[in-house]
Amino acid sequence: MTIDAQSFWGALKTRGYTFFTGVPDSTFGPAYTAMMDDPEIRYVPAVREDVALGVASGAYFAGTKAGVVIQNSGVGNIINTLTSFSLMYKIPVLLIVGWRGYGGPPNDAPEHWIMGAKTADMFSMLEMPYEVLDEDGLDQSLERLDDQMTEQSIPGALLVRAGVLS
Amino acid sequence: MITRHQAIETIFDDVADSDLVLCATGMISREAFGVHDRPSNFYMIGSMGLLSSFGLGLALMSPGQRVIILDGDGSVLMGLGTLPLIATEAPPNLLHIVLDNEAYQSTGGQPCISANVSIADIGKASGYASSIEVNSVDGIRSTMAGFQGANGPHLIVAKVENGPVEHIARVSHSPTEIRDRFNDQVQVLS
Repeated sequence: MTIDAQSFWGALKTRGYTFFTGVPDSTFGPAYTAMMDDPEIRYVPAVREDVALGVASGAYFAGTKAGVVIQNSGVGNIINTLTSFSLMYKIPVLLIVGWRGYGGPPNDAPEHWIMGAKTADMFSMLEMPYEVLDEDGLDQSLERLDDQMTEQSIPGALLVRAGVLS
Repeated sequence: MITRHQAIETIFDDVADSDLVLCATGMISREAFGVHDRPSNFYMIGSMGLLSSFGLGLALMSPGQRVIILDGDGSVLMGLGTLPLIATEAPPNLLHIVLDNEAYQSTGGQPCISANVSIADIGKASGYASSIEVNSVDGIRSTMAGFQGANGPHLIVAKVENGPVEHIARVSHSPTEIRDRFNDQVQVLS
């Protein structure tokens, strides 16, 4: 059973996440459009992943729980933003990351193979909390992430593999 | 040509207590800290290029406060895609000021391509409510005074000298101190 868009965004809204920004990824399928169209969600269509993290962090200062929705190739674009901004100032923003290239070749396209193999390592290396979303583990994953992000006041990442959301 | 110091002093003359002022990485943060340190200043001490997107998120979600982005030419060019994003989202409370010395002064004054590029024209093409280049104290003062509450986002590109950088202190607050005192000044949506 996949997680449908309504359950996914509903669980996030219940936890107070009503502001999202990002760059689309096909991993999210129609769930991305559902988020953009949700009248209870304020969405900003960022032009780059680091820009999305900047915008979401500004929203955080205004008292909003904010999320950044990106493809894992964009993790490469936010490493410096994480190290010299989010982790330095300690600004908790939720990263929702489509995990392209999961499982390695021949899955997905060649440009995703190297980052696909290293995506979780990127967050381990930066000592950031992350969770790999399972079809039956949405609430538990979000709770663990929220707890660690609040406790450490730093960003955390929810890694979403192809086929988990519908 | 005016100095960056004169430009920053002139800008702060127009800053109200409730205004949030975001200061770009490098000499702009250091000079703003020296000229007019206040809790409502956010000093971006890393992440060059990120300032304008941070300002956009703040301006959108704290609509009752004026958000002033004190950017640099190198910094704005590094995050250039943010300009059309700001214009598209169009927060009326956002004032984006670029202090353009045509150089990367914090790293030794290496030339920046802004000598050949009109950032004000990019602002116009992006769709800012207004976008103007000025090169004098009076130009900064009259442009800021002229807004009279007119809806933004506005862009002002102030051409400034690529002058000496001696005796400019580093920001002495720690990153989390900058965050906490700034956070206390941001109006939270109820």
